[in-house]
Amino acid sequence: MIASLAFYLFSGILLASAAMVVSSRNPVHAVLFLILAFFNAAALFLLAGAEFLAMTLVIVYVGAVAVLFLFVVMMLDVNFVQLREGFQRYLPVGATIGVVLLGELVMVLGGWRIAPGSDGLRFAPMDAALDNTRQIGQILYTDYILLFQASGLILLVAMIGAIVLTLRDRKTSRHQNVATQIARTPADTLVLVDVVRGAGVPVDHYLRPKVTEAKPVAPADSHGGHH
Amino acid sequence: MSWTLALPEIVLSCAGMAILVLGVLARENAFRMASMFTVGAMVLAAVLVMAGVPGLGYSGMFAVDAFSGFVKLLILAAAILAVILSMDYIEQENLRRFEFPVLMLFATVGMMLMASAVNLMSLYLGVELMSLSVYVLAAFARDDLRSSEAGLKYFVLGALASGLLLYGISLVYGFAGSMSFGDLGRLLSDKDHASTGVTVGVVFIVAGLSFKISAVPFHMWTPDVYEGAPTPVTAFMGTAPKVAAMALLLRVLGGPFGHLLAQWQQLIVLVAIASMLLGSLAAIGQKNIKRLMAYSSIGHMGYALVGLAAGTPLGVKGVLIYLVTYVFMNAGAFACILAMRRRGRAVEGISDLAGLARTDLGLALWLAVFMFSMAGIPPFSGFWGKLFIFQAAVSQGMWALAVIGVLTSVIGAYYYIRIIKVMFFDDSAEAFDARPASLSVVAVAGGLFTVLFFTFAAPVEAAALAAAKAIFG
Repeated sequence: MIASLAFYLFSGILLASAAMVVSSRNPVHAVLFLILAFFNAAALFLLAGAEFLAMTLVIVYVGAVAVLFLFVVMMLDVNFVQLREGFQRYLPVGATIGVVLLGELVMVLGGWRIAPGSDGLRFAPMDAALDNTRQIGQILYTDYILLFQASGLILLVAMIGAIVLTLRDRKTSRHQNVATQIARTPADTLVLVDVVRGAGVPVDHYLRPKVTEAKPVAPADSHGGHH
Repeated sequence: MSWTLALPEIVLSCAGMAILVLGVLARENAFRMASMFTVGAMVLAAVLVMAGVPGLGYSGMFAVDAFSGFVKLLILAAAILAVILSMDYIEQENLRRFEFPVLMLFATVGMMLMASAVNLMSLYLGVELMSLSVYVLAAFARDDLRSSEAGLKYFVLGALASGLLLYGISLVYGFAGSMSFGDLGRLLSDKDHASTGVTVGVVFIVAGLSFKISAVPFHMWTPDVYEGAPTPVTAFMGTAPKVAAMALLLRVLGGPFGHLLAQWQQLIVLVAIASMLLGSLAAIGQKNIKRLMAYSSIGHMGYALVGLAAGTPLGVKGVLIYLVTYVFMNAGAFACILAMRRRGRAVEGISDLAGLARTDLGLALWLAVFMFSMAGIPPFSGFWGKLFIFQAAVSQGMWALAVIGVLTSVIGAYYYIRIIKVMFFDDSAEAFDARPASLSVVAVAGGLFTVLFFTFAAPVEAAALAAAKAIFG
């Protein structure tokens, strides 16, 4: 009883917030509604007994993806009204094509039926002895290891591509020099001064980093990181 | 599970990541070093492919058989030629970044995965790994507007094709209940299970893969992307990915959907005829040699599809032999195109070739060999490829297809031979710059292969037949 009540509550909010994501005029609001939708979807996973997926959804989608969206929306300042300008103009043609496609799909899907032996073909039947985290692990890292690694390679290529196509070496960009960083000893930068207790610190004795070489050594504020 | 089945792919990917790290660490000459190591890794992978033991692994998603071995060797050969072709061009054009060969390497890994895929999921991931790398390569000259346009255009249309492919896969999975080629083949051998939904799914899958081989009517992107992309990337796109996508089409239509032959045959016949016609007619008016090669590749894919349309092991054998000849003559032709540089700048016009025979007879002769071969004139390799294809079509009684094929090759011969006429009989233009040794190596290798193909056609034919029997029959 309580479970079904919770289900309807969560799915109701999920649907409402999903509708708000696509309809709200302010993109920041849209992203915030998206976060609400993620939370409710996570709650639905919890109800279904998939606690690992629920946690992953919150951590990955809310913690990383949605926040990234928010950053992008705020930084790029996309004018959504302008983007939607052609909507009215293209609506009739688009709607006609959509309706035709829908009709065709309905005709195709009309022939759909559940095959008698389809249970046997189902790849991952639930095993009561294993919790779902373990089952996901088995599927990802044992059965589908090839696909998992191939996806990893695809993401690596995407990363290389993004760097190749956008990163530019500027004269002003600061590179991290690992060797110099490691070779630095406390003696290069620190001076220990005996302070007489109770005497206070004279103004001209503030401790500053010693300048030992002409070229500044990896400035402290550089979070560096080539690539 | 025997993970050693995928040893060539694993070794190649690990080498790719190692080269990436080396490239970041080495400040000097990173590009040349990365290219050398890439070629080395590909040669090693080819050796491992030859040593591969047949088998099925990774939960039935990855197969090593005669077909995958044949195709992988061809892909690796094409990729090695493309990396060699790129070395000097990239330095001359000031695009010296070590990621270039690494991206080619990862694209090759994706293509090898495609050659071994016996599950719709591994098929899709292989296609994506290949495509994503090639999108980036097409846009590699990022300060060149045409290159960026090529990359973007290829990416947007490629994403659409991926969508079609995925949609087809989902329909097949929904109606048949499996993504494994073996299961699908067994299931569809029973007419009751071959519902309309599966057929519609197959149509979508064929559409998605036709985009990758740039067959009409999914060819729109080809001329622009071929023209805009850096020339070695065009050479790469024109060879290895075409082989991989065609191999995938052969395996998908021959294996799991072999029992639906009557359904997909009409489709392939239509696409083949349209590609042959467009490839030969649209190329006539071209002035840019890279655009001409684009239309030529559309036509060649049409001829290769004729073999698939026959739907017999003989036809598949023909397609494989055609692909072998196509890779080497295409790589050689692009080596000649890359040698077209004046005062340090690449030129691409067909008129720039005028009188080449008087200024550089060697280059003109090799290019003439490739053009004759592409036109299908004996004894060059292109003729033998076409012969096997048309033989397969005729043996299935598809006379109309064979006749159209022969007629379009006659039309196609016009624009190939026009290039030879421009080179040998037109007034001499200014000489090209001295060409680097790497281009000569590829041109001579491709040229010797093309000229002498008839002397070693028998072993290639035997290997192709064994490969064809592994999937068809």
